[in-house]
Amino acid sequence: MKSVFPILTVVAAIIAIWYAGAVWMNSQWTLDQARRAGVELTLPEIIRDTMNQERATLPAPHQVVAEIWKTTAEKKITSKRSLIFHSWITLHATLWGFALGALIGLTLAIFIVYSRVMDMSVMPWAIISQTVPIVAIAPMIIVVMSSMGIQERLVPKAIIAAYLCYFPILVGMVKGLRSPDAMQLDLMKTYNASNRQSFWKLRLPSSMPYLFTSMKIGIAAALVGTIVGELPTGALRGLGARILIGDQFGPPIRIWSALIMASILAGGLVAIVGLIQRITLKRMGMNQ
Amino acid sequence: MTQDIVIKAENLDLTFQTNDGPIQALKDVDLEINRGEFVSFIGPSGCGKTTFLRVIAALEHPTGGSICVNGMTPDEARCKRAYGYVFQAAGLYPWRTIAGNIKLPLEIMGYSKEDQNKSVRKVMELVDLEGFDKKFPWQLSGGMQQRASIARALAFDADILLMDEPFGALDEIVRDHLNEQLLKLWSRTNKTIAFVTHSIPEAVYLSTKIVVMSPRPGRITDVIDSTLPKERPLDIRDTPEFLEIAHRVREGLRAGHAYDD
Repeated sequence: MKSVFPILTVVAAIIAIWYAGAVWMNSQWTLDQARRAGVELTLPEIIRDTMNQERATLPAPHQVVAEIWKTTAEKKITSKRSLIFHSWITLHATLWGFALGALIGLTLAIFIVYSRVMDMSVMPWAIISQTVPIVAIAPMIIVVMSSMGIQERLVPKAIIAAYLCYFPILVGMVKGLRSPDAMQLDLMKTYNASNRQSFWKLRLPSSMPYLFTSMKIGIAAALVGTIVGELPTGALRGLGARILIGDQFGPPIRIWSALIMASILAGGLVAIVGLIQRITLKRMGMNQ
Repeated sequence: MTQDIVIKAENLDLTFQTNDGPIQALKDVDLEINRGEFVSFIGPSGCGKTTFLRVIAALEHPTGGSICVNGMTPDEARCKRAYGYVFQAAGLYPWRTIAGNIKLPLEIMGYSKEDQNKSVRKVMELVDLEGFDKKFPWQLSGGMQQRASIARALAFDADILLMDEPFGALDEIVRDHLNEQLLKLWSRTNKTIAFVTHSIPEAVYLSTKIVVMSPRPGRITDVIDSTLPKERPLDIRDTPEFLEIAHRVREGLRAGHAYDD
C-alpha cells in the first residue's frame, strides 16, 4: 500500500503536464480565431477553449478518455470504428510474432551457447539485423509476402514483430544459458552428465530469470513491430492503421486514443509476462 | 595388497599454458593413497593442491607422468562415477529443495525413484539434515548448505570423496563442528577421503596422512603419517602428540617457503 502514493503522484504529474501542454499547444488556434473575430479573450476564456477544441493539436486527457470510451464501450466490437476491434487485430499479430520471435531467439541462443562457430558467425548478423531501421524493412516484407501470394495481412505483420522481438530474447538467453559458473559445470562433469542433461538440469533452469526479463522486452518490441507493420499503405485494420489514418485524414484525437490504447495493450502484455514470471520463479523457489 | 591402493600418482607433471608463459602447477608428484585413508593436502595458495585434486577427478589432465584411480585412468574412473566431489562453495541449485539437490546426481545416473528416495534419506541422516528435505537452500545456514553438498556427493555411494576446502568459507565454530561430523561420517562409511585445506589444525585433526605441498613449482615436500588414534574427540588438539604433528606440518610449510621471500 505504501507504493500507492508515489505511483499516484507520478500519474498526477503526467496528467498535469499533459493539461499544461494542451493549453500551450492549443492556445495558438484560440488566439488566431479571436484575432480574426476581433475579440479580446481573458486567460480563463483561453484555457476553457483549449480544453474542448474539436481538432485540438494536443487533445486534453478528458477528451481522449471520452473518445476511447466512445470507440470501445459504445461501439459493437465488430464495428470498424471500435478500438477493441482494432486492438484485437494488432494483438493477434503481436502474439503470433512474439511466439515466432521467442522460438527463433531461443533456438539461436541454444546453438550459439553450444557452438563456437555459431557464436562467431550468427551473433554479428543478429546485431546487424537490429541496426537496420524497421520502417525500411517492413514495407519490403509486406511486398515480398503479397508477391508470394500470401494475402493475409497477419503473416507479414507477425514476421515484422518477430524480427524486432527475437533479438532481446536471443541476447538474454545467451547470457542466461551461460550463467552457470565453472564450478557448477564442473560438478555436472563429475557426474559424467551428458550435454543434454546439463542443459535440462542446469543451464535452462539457471536461465529462467533472464528468459522472463528478455520476454518482457520482447513482447513490447513485438507490439511496436506489429504497429509498424500496419503503417504502410493498404492496412485498414489495426492500431497502426488507426494511427496512420488519424494522422493523415482524421482529427488528432484519433491518433491519441489509438496511442493510449497501444500503450495500455503493451502494459497489459508486459504485466502478464511479469505475472507468469512471478508464479514460475515462486514455484522454482527463486522468489527471494 | 596392490588392490588396496586407490590412487597412485607417479612423476606427475602438469604445466598450464597461460598468456604469461607456462606455469608449472605440479612437478614430479609421487603419491599413493590406500583404501579407507583420510588424506589432507595442505600448502599455501598456488602449491597445486587443488590442481592435484582436479587431476584425480579428471577435471584437469596431467602433461606428464601417470595417475591411476581405482586402477583406471581418471577419465575412466569419472565415467564409472568413482568419486564424489565437494567444492568450496556448496553450489546447491536455488531452484531445487535440499532433497531435490541431493537427488540431482541420482537423476543423472538414472536411479529409480524408489532408490533415489532411499538414498536421499540415508545420506541426509549421515549429515544430520533430517527434516530439511523440503527446504530451499536459501533457507539454510552456510554450514547446513555445505553439509547438504556433502550429502549430494555421498548420494551415489562412490567410495572416494574428494573435498576441495569444503569448510574454507565457514567460521571457526561451525568448522569445528563439521570437522567432528566429517570424522564420524568417515568412520561410518569407510570411504577414502582426499581433503584440501589451508588450516593446519584441520589437517592434523582429520587426517591419517598429511601431504605438505609448496608452490612454484607445485610439489610435495613432506608426507606425514598421523600417529593419532582413529577415535578423535575435539580436545585431542591439546595433546602433545597432536601439537608435535602440527609442528612438523608447520616446519614442512616453512621449508617450502625458505627461498621464497
